[in-house]
Amino acid sequence: MMLIPCPWCGERSENEFTYIGDARRQRPDTSALDVSDETLKAHSDYVYLRDNPKGWHQEYWQHTSGCRAHFKVERNVVDHRIRASVKADEELPSFPEGR
Amino acid sequence: MQRYSIWSLARNALTGHKNWQAAWRHPEPKPHYDVIIVGGGGHGLATAYYLAKEHGITNVAVLEKGYLGGGNTGRNTTIVRSNYMLDDNAHFYEHGLKLWHQLSIDLNYNVMFSPRGVLNLVHSDAARDAAKRRGNAMRLNGIDSEYWDLETIAKKIPDLNVSKNARYPVKGGLMQKRGGTARHDAVAWGYARGADARGVDIIQQCEVTGMMMEGNRIVGVETSRGPIKAGKVGIAVAGHTTQLLNMAGLTAPIESHLLQAMVSEPIKPTLDYVVTSGAAHLYVSQSDKGGLVFGGDIEFYNSFSQRGNTRTLEHVTAAMISLFPRYAKLRLLRHWGGIMDMSMDGSPIISKTPRDNLFLNGGWCYGGFKATPASGWCFAHTIATGEPHPLNAGFTLERFERGYAIDENGAGPVPKAH
Repeated sequence: MMLIPCPWCGERSENEFTYIGDARRQRPDTSALDVSDETLKAHSDYVYLRDNPKGWHQEYWQHTSGCRAHFKVERNVVDHRIRASVKADEELPSFPEGR
Repeated sequence: MQRYSIWSLARNALTGHKNWQAAWRHPEPKPHYDVIIVGGGGHGLATAYYLAKEHGITNVAVLEKGYLGGGNTGRNTTIVRSNYMLDDNAHFYEHGLKLWHQLSIDLNYNVMFSPRGVLNLVHSDAARDAAKRRGNAMRLNGIDSEYWDLETIAKKIPDLNVSKNARYPVKGGLMQKRGGTARHDAVAWGYARGADARGVDIIQQCEVTGMMMEGNRIVGVETSRGPIKAGKVGIAVAGHTTQLLNMAGLTAPIESHLLQAMVSEPIKPTLDYVVTSGAAHLYVSQSDKGGLVFGGDIEFYNSFSQRGNTRTLEHVTAAMISLFPRYAKLRLLRHWGGIMDMSMDGSPIISKTPRDNLFLNGGWCYGGFKATPASGWCFAHTIATGEPHPLNAGFTLERFERGYAIDENGAGPVPKAH
């Protein structure tokens, strides 16, 4: 059982949360009427490709059964430790290389 | 290779079982192979076996970082079926099911394939319509499928809660009688023995740490036991596919997720079929040892931890008890976790890659075990000829950006389907 720190509600059981996914992906701007091939490729990469690192992972969670806010977490996907969580529009702090 | 038979059993029994040969060798890696397969699970070993048997390519090494079948091959619920609706999946898995039915004879190794029937329960009118549609699609593809009504199910599976007041009221189910289970370890060992007998080097405790490239061409791998050159390299490491592709500078449409399964204490025969429920997120069968082997969904967050979390453990056991109330008295014996390659459409990848001489087999989601024979057969063809077989022509790496996703669930681009 993971304890996930919601920036609004504090540490709560993972049962209250829904995993949203990789927080580092950036949706490319596809609003132009005449979208270039490069933009289409970037959009396809955004939809389908994942870095899937084995280690620290920046990801969105939603506190579904609590305040319902989306927020960002940095979690180690090997041992499930969480070292930071911030509101969705904030930047996660940077950590030195390694653990 | 020492053939196994009633005569060899009798002969060895009379000589005190002192003359059995090892099932495979433990060779030192050679400096060069025609083909290197990364990953000594069922898929990698089957690939090596069919490379040697079907294509005469025997200068092959299978590199395994741990021990044979120690990854997902040894961490699943051993269900074998081919009840898919979309053509690409249907024909591929049906080819696999036909291989399963001959596998013990082909390998001269008892994989304990038990075609006891796989029943997918339906719990609503909409699910019944979808199941019948799937069954019709299967029959049009020449695959066996029949719809069981509630009376039939209640008679055949007396343990199942068929009360109208059940949490998941059973309406009926789609049965594939030729599906069933097999012994997972024996599949890896049987393919290993068959491949080794044909000259394949199986090298355990040998982790691939990098790819040797000349321009856009893969020419070998760096390993924990030194560099090994290769004409072609095939990756069959589901769970760590993205890590291996990263070594070749590639990114994959895959996330790694955690899937756990569990087994109860052994009891006398009580459940004759594999029973699954999509609504309750459960699949269960009784092993030959008597334990109820069951599992459910992934944990739905990225993970490489290879150990299950209590939230899903509780969810899966709750589903099990609601469908089979009498199993509530059983104690859990073990539970375990494995790392799934969750592809972005729920279908696998058996494909060439953007790097010359590098081939990929991965993205198996929950469903890799049943695919083992077909996967190895198709991957061997793809590596040997340089082009996919028609059976795996749809399972390309570039299908996502080209708009040809094979999305059995119609779920869209999410790494959660199976």
